[in-house]
Amino acid sequence: MTSRDENWTTSAISRRNLLKAGAASTAVGLIGAPTVLRAQTPTVKIGILEPLTGALSYNGTQARAGAQFAIDAINAAGGIKSMGGAKLEPVVADAQSRPEVAAAEVDKLAQAGVSVFIGCQASALGLASSQAAARYNLAQVFDVGTAEQVVERGLKNVFRFTPGVNKCTSTALENLKTLNANAGNPVKTAAIVHEDGPFGSGLAKLLNERLPGMGIQVVETISHPTPQRDFTNIALRVKAAKPDMIIPSNYINEYTLFAMALRQQRVETKAIYSILGGGASNIKFVREQNDAAQYVMDCNHWYDPRKPESQALAKKAAEAKLDMTYDIMVAYACIQLIADSLERAKSGDREKMIEALASSTYSGSIMPYGPTKFVNGNNEGAQPVNTQIRGDKIELVFPKEYATAEAVFPMPPRG
Amino acid sequence: MSALILPAMLGGLTTGAIYALVALGLTLIYGVLHIINFAHGSLLMLALYGVYFLHVWLGFDPYLAIPIIAPLFFVLGYALQRGVIAPFSGGKEQNVLLVTLALSIVFDNLALYFWTSNTRTVAVSYAYTMVEVGPAFIPLPKVIAFFAAMLCAAILWLVINRTRIGKAIRAVAIEKRGAQLVGIEVEQTYAVCFGIGTACVAVAACLLIPTFYVTPQVGYAFVLVAFTTVVLGGMGSFAGALVSGLLLGVIEALCGLFLGETLGQIGIFVAFILILLFRPAGLFGQRTA
Repeated sequence: MTSRDENWTTSAISRRNLLKAGAASTAVGLIGAPTVLRAQTPTVKIGILEPLTGALSYNGTQARAGAQFAIDAINAAGGIKSMGGAKLEPVVADAQSRPEVAAAEVDKLAQAGVSVFIGCQASALGLASSQAAARYNLAQVFDVGTAEQVVERGLKNVFRFTPGVNKCTSTALENLKTLNANAGNPVKTAAIVHEDGPFGSGLAKLLNERLPGMGIQVVETISHPTPQRDFTNIALRVKAAKPDMIIPSNYINEYTLFAMALRQQRVETKAIYSILGGGASNIKFVREQNDAAQYVMDCNHWYDPRKPESQALAKKAAEAKLDMTYDIMVAYACIQLIADSLERAKSGDREKMIEALASSTYSGSIMPYGPTKFVNGNNEGAQPVNTQIRGDKIELVFPKEYATAEAVFPMPPRG
Repeated sequence: MSALILPAMLGGLTTGAIYALVALGLTLIYGVLHIINFAHGSLLMLALYGVYFLHVWLGFDPYLAIPIIAPLFFVLGYALQRGVIAPFSGGKEQNVLLVTLALSIVFDNLALYFWTSNTRTVAVSYAYTMVEVGPAFIPLPKVIAFFAAMLCAAILWLVINRTRIGKAIRAVAIEKRGAQLVGIEVEQTYAVCFGIGTACVAVAACLLIPTFYVTPQVGYAFVLVAFTTVVLGGMGSFAGALVSGLLLGVIEALCGLFLGETLGQIGIFVAFILILLFRPAGLFGQRTA
């Protein structure tokens, strides 16, 4: 045998060996594959439909982060135990801050096989998405969607976990009444400064109706457009009216300028009290305009900061270099609610999810809520709380059972 | 209410100074060269972010950032005109309009993508330092912006009327082909002019940020008023931009005081229509044949 033949033989044997090895491994693979599949952990797909781009992108990306933190925590704790430790798998969709896109993205979520989804940080987006989801019998858990229209359409797939504007306003006024009474009723007059859209105007109308009944006379109501470039005039009018309390009702940009103008014009007042206030629960506002932000109060969505899970979430957000905003909190809590419903439904089936959510009495979320009770999709166990800016922190000051600090009411003169 | 009139007018003057500052750059680009620059607001937004990040990352005071931001934005404006606006518009005005509109959409959305729509402000120690003028308290940064607007207008006037490049810009504005025939590089002149205008908007950003905020949409709050200011003042007139900016600020403040803030901004446009009805070339504009 020549060396060439030897080489050929060696080569032929190698090829044969290679083919054998390939066949063997394929056979092993075929036999082994079902074994591997059987060993795989089941998953339940959860949709996260948030405005990740467009005007609301900040809120949307924060909410997505909150949802992901919750999913990670639940999966790390063993997943959905009643479903064999099923892991939650997020399916993220971008509502682009546009209602028509929010509705279109629901189709994609449905096709991706999600059992339920959370969204969308704004009522207009949520109204569109939940209507589209109703076609698929797909439950939407609203993280933020304060417009009452959300729960007035008779859709059985709507579950608004957080409070709506009516609940926020009534709680804010009740809390204000208590705070004022506890301090010996120092606040007798109020000025309302609101943006002239449906949110601000609606709230201003409601406050004008309700405040006199609480013994607080409205001495000035000032509306302004969005954007408003300068608040000097408004601050001067407020200063001239000498109200005991100022109630701003506008979005973050205008809120910031207004707070700065009040400080610049040396407007002294006993309280700055917001309801779903744009800046008063925004840590960035606190950090960047700390002087103007001091003692500002808000009645808004907020978590119970004393719960260990809340503290763990705050730590995770800090590690991820994210500001701890209520968007993160409510999205986290919505995923907790979904996980609880999955535990009880023992299935990712959409119909069973709707039934499980509708019958939910969950009280273990990070929010300071009582047991969940959905009536026409509205969680009657939800409540907003009062926060107050103190130093470089946003403290929860009311109700007392959740408070991390005593409310300073009336606020001291700012000089 | 009468006690509020003088403070409101003074407040209006300082707001008007900001309008004038933003409009000065546009006066050069739109008023002199007739480039309808829809990206003006977006360039203001980019400059505001520039100042913001210089402040946050490197601790630069917004005013000390002017020597850095202004040259940077001159280069940006120059490059935009040479590299994007001129090649893509082919010298046609309607194309310029679309190209600058496209630029503004690109800039705004890139800002949204990278910096999100979160509102940012800078915290400077003098933001709450007030200057007492009679019964009015005026924030120091607004007083600085007021005088800076006058200084900027004077510098621009000198550049256009007393320098060689200014002469070239005027020549190109009056007769492009004639300017070409006498050896002026028209494309170069356009780019330099666009660069100066963009540098002006960068200066405006440095003066604006101590009392304002920055978001990707912030340019919209100023761009329409800037166009109104330029046309009302008279196309290409720096004194006109300054006076009309101040006038619009006062009109807005007084309308806001007497008619409510919602109608205050309408006052700007009512005044605009009325003034142009009697002076079609604007306050300081020259009638052309």
